Amino acid sequence: MAVKNVIEAVREALREEMQRDPKVFIMGEDVGKRGGVFLATQGLIDEFGESRVIDTPLAEASIMGIALGAAFRGMRPIPEVQFSDFIWPAMNQLIGETARACYGSNGVLQVPLVIRVPYGGGIRGGLFHSQNVESIFFHTPGLKVIAPATPYDIKGLLKSAIRDNSPVVFLEHKKTYRLVRGELPEGEYTIPIGQADVKRAGEHITIVSYGLMLHYCLEAAEAVAGEGIDVEVVDLRTLRPLDKETVLNSVKKTGKLLIVHEDNVTGGVGAEIAALVADEAFEYLDGPIRRLCGPDVPTMPFAQTLEDEYMPNTDKIVQALRKQAAY
Amino acid sequence: MPRKKSARPKGSGDAEVAIAEPIEGLPEGLTTGDLVESYTQMILVRTIDERIWALNRQGKVPIAASCQGHEAAQLGSLLAAQKDGRCFLFPYYRDLGLKMAAGLTPTQVMLSFMGKEGEPYSNARQFPMQGADLEHNIIQISNVVGAGLTQAVGYALACRMQDDDTVVLTYFGDGASSQGEAHEAMNFAGVHRVPVIFICENNHYAISVPQHRQMATDDLASRAQGYGFPGFTVDGMDFTRCYEATREAITHARTQGPVLLEMQVERLMPHTTDDDHLRYRTQEELDAAYERDPVSNFGAELIARGIITPEKSDEIKAEALKAINEATDAADAATLPDPSTMWDRVYSE
Repeated sequence: MAVKNVIEAVREALREEMQRDPKVFIMGEDVGKRGGVFLATQGLIDEFGESRVIDTPLAEASIMGIALGAAFRGMRPIPEVQFSDFIWPAMNQLIGETARACYGSNGVLQVPLVIRVPYGGGIRGGLFHSQNVESIFFHTPGLKVIAPATPYDIKGLLKSAIRDNSPVVFLEHKKTYRLVRGELPEGEYTIPIGQADVKRAGEHITIVSYGLMLHYCLEAAEAVAGEGIDVEVVDLRTLRPLDKETVLNSVKKTGKLLIVHEDNVTGGVGAEIAALVADEAFEYLDGPIRRLCGPDVPTMPFAQTLEDEYMPNTDKIVQALRKQAAY
Repeated sequence: MPRKKSARPKGSGDAEVAIAEPIEGLPEGLTTGDLVESYTQMILVRTIDERIWALNRQGKVPIAASCQGHEAAQLGSLLAAQKDGRCFLFPYYRDLGLKMAAGLTPTQVMLSFMGKEGEPYSNARQFPMQGADLEHNIIQISNVVGAGLTQAVGYALACRMQDDDTVVLTYFGDGASSQGEAHEAMNFAGVHRVPVIFICENNHYAISVPQHRQMATDDLASRAQGYGFPGFTVDGMDFTRCYEATREAITHARTQGPVLLEMQVERLMPHTTDDDHLRYRTQEELDAAYERDPVSNFGAELIARGIITPEKSDEIKAEALKAINEATDAADAATLPDPSTMWDRVYSE
């Protein structure tokens, strides 16, 4: 197996699915000759031509609206939003229209599209190149929301998303693009949407996380292992539909839960996980459910000290784990 | 094109003889039979439109947006699309006439307005006739005006990618023309020469806001120049002109790219059943609009040209009333959707 980084995994998934199905096409800003600002689509215009790798005008609402219209005709568009921070002009098309199209036509309209969204901070992106946008999609029935953390998961889930007949918001954490590497099998594989993955088995505390934070959680779990704290790390991978069973099974085993995400704490994915566990696994809990999340400021600021203050990191997770263990 | 008076003397023959026979002054492809058929549809649409308002006041129809004043624009352009046979439509909320004449029965329309089981667009999940009627090549997902324009462009783009020569017609009002997505849709369509026709049914009011508070220009069609494609202003109260303009636009769109058609119409009724237009329009202005009523004027013209007799016109109206009475009774007696179906089809199944 070859070792690849996350952006290479994205590109492999796109290329394979475009080769497999002529209905799959890519559209977005700079996705053609430039290959996307992160090079996710590098080389694809040479292989598939301008009609399947479309450089659009710089206008996100129409990127999403046009993708939706093309999906109505049976195409499988993959619109790319260059940075999650630029998704807001497309929100009506995404949440108002796309999420409601199947329901609002009583199932007559299929929406087989995947919007790829590079997101997240820790890269000195400031307020408009760092945003976490997942909670608003997580909240929205009609959408599926996927946020993988490893090259293996991102490739397998992106391929599943492209083949799915419902609209998918596919979140790719920018900091993982070149930082995170992993083995990719040579052959064809997919990963089912809606299945969390226990990335580290443990007995004492469950951590639920996703995206970049998953890697910090694994480091923190390793760091406290020498102290006799045995941590289980659940990677959600898919946020919506949520794999409740994997989360509940883990908490029923460990009795303690720490939720870690980079997105703002209030109304985030963690709040829903906490409610789920309180509702369905209350009698198994040995302590309070705790969250270590991004604080309630608009986004991580630009200056290094301010960004560090915002970002959850391995040290902060280690401290939170010790606190949970001591309870 | 200017329409000439028919050479046929008034009352020189019955309508049966005239059907399918092109008469002088009619645009290409249009027969007197088409005129009679479209007039019959117009009467049916007008009759149901009036009935819906009455049913609203009786508490049986929660909400309705009237198309009164828009019938010639909607049915004229629809006929061009139907004769072409390779068109797909993205209408907007005021296109009752278009959606009905596209192939729905009066009962289906009544089921829509009463929110009953069997409603054809969404099984009554949405406002009347909103969702998708793929049998008649129509999609309208939402009430967010302007949002359908980019979707229509995407649909047309997909048709071209599939080597299918379908032309997409997307309809919107003067209010929607202010939306950012109207600009984005037209810009993309111009850049990529997408086979789409933008049809603005300009009734000069967005609820209460008049055109001069919506745009600084007298017309919308001139905007097309800025997007690199042609735009035309059409008298939207004139059925044959709307037909002809759309027919030519379809040919242009298929071979050369987008067209903007601005059909200038009148809104004869308030915005919806929840509106009172006398709060912002004068009776004098409305009286002048009523004089331009496209349905009664079309009927008078068909009679004047000898295409139908006054008796035939009365017969058409009587048949429409009978059909709408039957549809009202049928929809009134129809069942409501089962509450358990609320959970279905959030995602593709």
